[in-house]
Formats: sequence, C-alpha cells, structure tokens
Amino acid sequence: MTIAETLAALNERFASLASSEFRGQTRVVAPAESLYDALELLKNCCGFDLLVDITCVDYLRYRGAKERFGLVYLLANTQSNERLTIRTPLDAAEPMVRSVVGLWAAANWLEREVWDMFGIRFAGHPDLRRILLPEEFTAFPLRKDYPLQGLGERHNFPIIRRAES
Amino acid sequence: MPLTRSLFAEDLAQDEAQPYLWTLNFGPQHPATHTTLRLVLKLDGERVVDVIPDIGYLHSGFEKLGESLNYNQYVTVTDRMNYISPMANNVAWHMAVEKLMGIEVPRRCQYIRVIIAELSRLTDHLLCLGAMGLDLGAFTHFIYAFNPRETIYDIFEALCGARFTNSYTRVGGVMRDITPEVIQMIRGLLAEMPGVLHDMERLLARNRIFVDRTQGVGLLTREEAINYGCSGPVARASGLTRDLRRDEPYLAYADFDFKVCCAREGDCLARYRVRMAEMWESIKIIEQALENLPAGPVNVGPGARTILPPKGAVFSTIEGLISHFELVMTNRGFEVPCEEVYLATEAPNGELGFYIVGDGTQTAYRARCRPPSFIHFALFPHLIRGHTLSDVVAVLGSLNIIAAELDR
Repeated sequence: MTIAETLAALNERFASLASSEFRGQTRVVAPAESLYDALELLKNCCGFDLLVDITCVDYLRYRGAKERFGLVYLLANTQSNERLTIRTPLDAAEPMVRSVVGLWAAANWLEREVWDMFGIRFAGHPDLRRILLPEEFTAFPLRKDYPLQGLGERHNFPIIRRAES
Repeated sequence: MPLTRSLFAEDLAQDEAQPYLWTLNFGPQHPATHTTLRLVLKLDGERVVDVIPDIGYLHSGFEKLGESLNYNQYVTVTDRMNYISPMANNVAWHMAVEKLMGIEVPRRCQYIRVIIAELSRLTDHLLCLGAMGLDLGAFTHFIYAFNPRETIYDIFEALCGARFTNSYTRVGGVMRDITPEVIQMIRGLLAEMPGVLHDMERLLARNRIFVDRTQGVGLLTREEAINYGCSGPVARASGLTRDLRRDEPYLAYADFDFKVCCAREGDCLARYRVRMAEMWESIKIIEQALENLPAGPVNVGPGARTILPPKGAVFSTIEGLISHFELVMTNRGFEVPCEEVYLATEAPNGELGFYIVGDGTQTAYRARCRPPSFIHFALFPHLIRGHTLSDVVAVLGSLNIIAAELDR
C-alpha cells in the first residue's frame, strides 16, 4: 500500500484523523483511544511492519501547544520503504496508553524508556520498570519541568563503602 | 547499583521453585562487555536459561543536553554517543538539523560526508570484528584489525584536528574543506585495506575454533528481525535486505555503485560475514567518491545565513565578523520552523536517526536519538536463551553494543 492508500484506509476506519506533511514526511495524529487499533491496522493491513522508534515530546513550554505530551510512533514499511509517523496527544495527569508489545517485540524497551523519561504508563506492558535510571529515582527527567542540573539526585546518591557492604 | 526490587522478588520466587538454577552476574566491569553493561544470567550448569540485561550505567542525559545546546554545539555530544564511529553520528545529526531547516548542502559537501561516513564504517566494523575475534580467543586477529584504524584516525586528525571526538560537521556544511594531503592519505589507506581484509579473512574466516563457536549461535530469523526492529548488519545477516543507503538514498549515495551485503543464516557467523563484506563495499564507495569529488564550494554560501564563516575570516575581515555575529548573537541565528522531523541514516551499527522538534529558537525543543545499540541489545535475551555461557561473548560481540550509545 502506498501512503495515500494507507491514509485512505485509516480515514475509512477512524472518522477524523488529521494528517499533515512536512519535508516529505507524512504524520498522522491519532487520539489515544484509537491509537492501538490504528497501529494494529497499519501493521497487519497496510504493511508497516517495522517499528522504528517510540518517543515522546513534552509540550509544556511549546508555543501554541494544547496538550501536554505527544507520543510519537515511527513506523516503516520494509517492502515499499515508506515511513509514517503517528502522534498521539496525551493530557492526563497520569497519562496511560495501551502497550504495543503484542504487536512489535521492539516496543518493549522503547516503552520502558518512555516510562522512565516521561512517566507515561503503558497498560499491558509485561515488564514496565525503569530502564536507564535506577529504580529509586522518583522524577521523570525529560519532562520540561525537570531542571537540567537535576534535583540533587547526583549529590545525594547513596554510596556503599566497602566496609558497609 | 542494587538490582531493582521487582527483579529481586522475581529471582527469589524462581529460585525457590528451581533450586538447581544459579545466578551469575556478568559485568558491569568485565572485559568482554567492552563497556559498562551488566547481564544477570540464570544458569542451569553451563546453559543459559534466562538473562536479565541491566543497562543505564553510562546514562548521561544526552537528550536532555540536546534541549539546552544549540544546533552547532550539540554535535560535540553526538561524538560521544557511538564513540567508535563519531563521524557517522555527526553526519546524522546535522543532516537531521538541515532537514528541519530545509537546507540543501552543496555536492562537494555531500561527497565529503559520504567519505567520512564510510571511513567511520570501516573503523566501526574493524573494531567490532577485531573485538569479536578477541573475545573468542583470536588475539592476533584483533591486532591486525586495529592497525588500519590507526591510519584512519590519522586521516581524521589531518582532516579536522581531532582523532576521536571529531565534531567535523556544521549546519550547512563541514568545519573545513578536504585537502589534497588528506585525499593522498585516504588513497594510501585504500591501497592498504585490501591486504588487511585478506589477512583478517585468512586468520579467522575459516578458523575451525571461530567457526565452531559462531555458526548456529544466536539465531535470528527474518521475521524476528523485523519484529524486534533490527536494522543494519544485524538485520541484513538475517535476510532482511534493508539498507537506507540504497532504499532511501541520502547525501550522494545514489551516485555510487555498491552492493547491499546480506546473509540468510542469521547467526553470529553471518553477522561477521556481512560486516566483513560491507567493508569491501565501503572501500568501493570511498574510491568512487574520491574519483568523482566535485569541485566548488564545500559549504552553503554566507548569504544563506546558515554556516559559520571560517575563523580566519572572522578575525581578519569585517564581513566575516558580521556574518559570524549574525549567527551567534542571541537575537539572530538560524531560521527554524516550529516543526518536527525524523531523519535516519545507515550508521555502521544500523539505523541511526534523530527526531528533532524545532520551536523557532536556536536550540532543539527535543532532540531524540534513535540508537541502534539500544534496539539490538533488547534482542539479546532472545538470542542467548538455550546457549552456553561461553556463547554470551560471541553473541555480544556480534551485536556490537556500544554502551555510550545504548544509554546516552
């Protein structure tokens, strides 16, 4: 399927998905409730079989932004080499979306990283733990309200001396 | 760093049910992990039943830094991601920035970027294969592979003044044009490389011990490679013929004649062979790029207000000083749209991409790096389950995990 056919298929299934294009890249905005179904449709029917990346953007200080977070899924088609970006606006205090680990095994660590850095929960994830930061860490450092120099975690990090261990 | 609580609970519950299993801690400071990563292996005698990778030891907040450094400054941080092939990261970062700003770099610059990207592919594959042999007991092979890396670093030093952390690219061009001396050095390297590759092949490709330890180890099928999001040599060794240089030609790759190297087997030996074959193709690409290196300007002209002028011009001419300040002063600078782009390049390790959100200022609002090592290391438990403890280093070596890129 080409991009145009894919967009038509998406629009047929989900009433109003906004899509845009910038420098040759097609982006689709899918609301959180239809995100999983849209991704499933893209994977199983439209040939977008490669999950390239899952990432997130915190729009807290972005001019003109309405929602707090944008969850971004980058997909690719290994047959036609086309790419598609799916973006989902999230605005809850404790945002949560359905995990896509069942669709792509690659989502496992990517979703853990998004949870680690942004605090977005993925329902149905088999092992949603922090991945890069220690489990004791309480903040979500890539959120825009987290300062660049941290909140003293580094300074107050517990050190185990040889005698105590 | 203690094991996380949830892991402990899981471990204890399993241990009670299966008292014959024992747990082995591998890393974070182990020579065969190359860098700081840790594996908690569950063993049944010699056999690996399960493995829990524990990463994050080198996490340094590169993506957070990207939100406070401007588009030219951040290139120094990309050097430190995959420090085995920093030039490839430089190229990827600035290509993404140029895509965001809509800048088209001149042909000569594209060719130079292709040359340095392919040179860094050579350094990356040489180190990966050398270290893979080293882990499996072939020390001599490592020395043979490491030697030409020295020549390549000399080339980088002559080109940009730094050996490891090059920071060579700029928005709209490169730091400095390539000189005839550097071209001479690259030609010398190209003359030397076939001999090196033949030596490496003769040492290892048919070596009984090496083949026995890699053949059929760490099997990955094509479907699994797609499902796990693999790219680069790892995916190509499993029969997924995807190479962004051919499939989404960027820079000047459409001009060159090269093959996409693939294998069907999907084991460690296939990954070794694909990397080995890719080096021959890289040599071909560099040769063609040097032959056809276009004349003309290397950077976007100063009128386009995108490239910093050479330092000599800044210090000695008023025009240079003005165009310098036009870019670095806080109320001047690049014209950045409030948009989001993703650009992927075929880095030595796989698909290296940057997702950049511009907000009109001189600093990226979000600079996400899509690191191939991260995606490939997630695959590791799947590859090693059922193999023996000694296969851990074989699989780890064949995936070429760079922890600085893994953790960022």
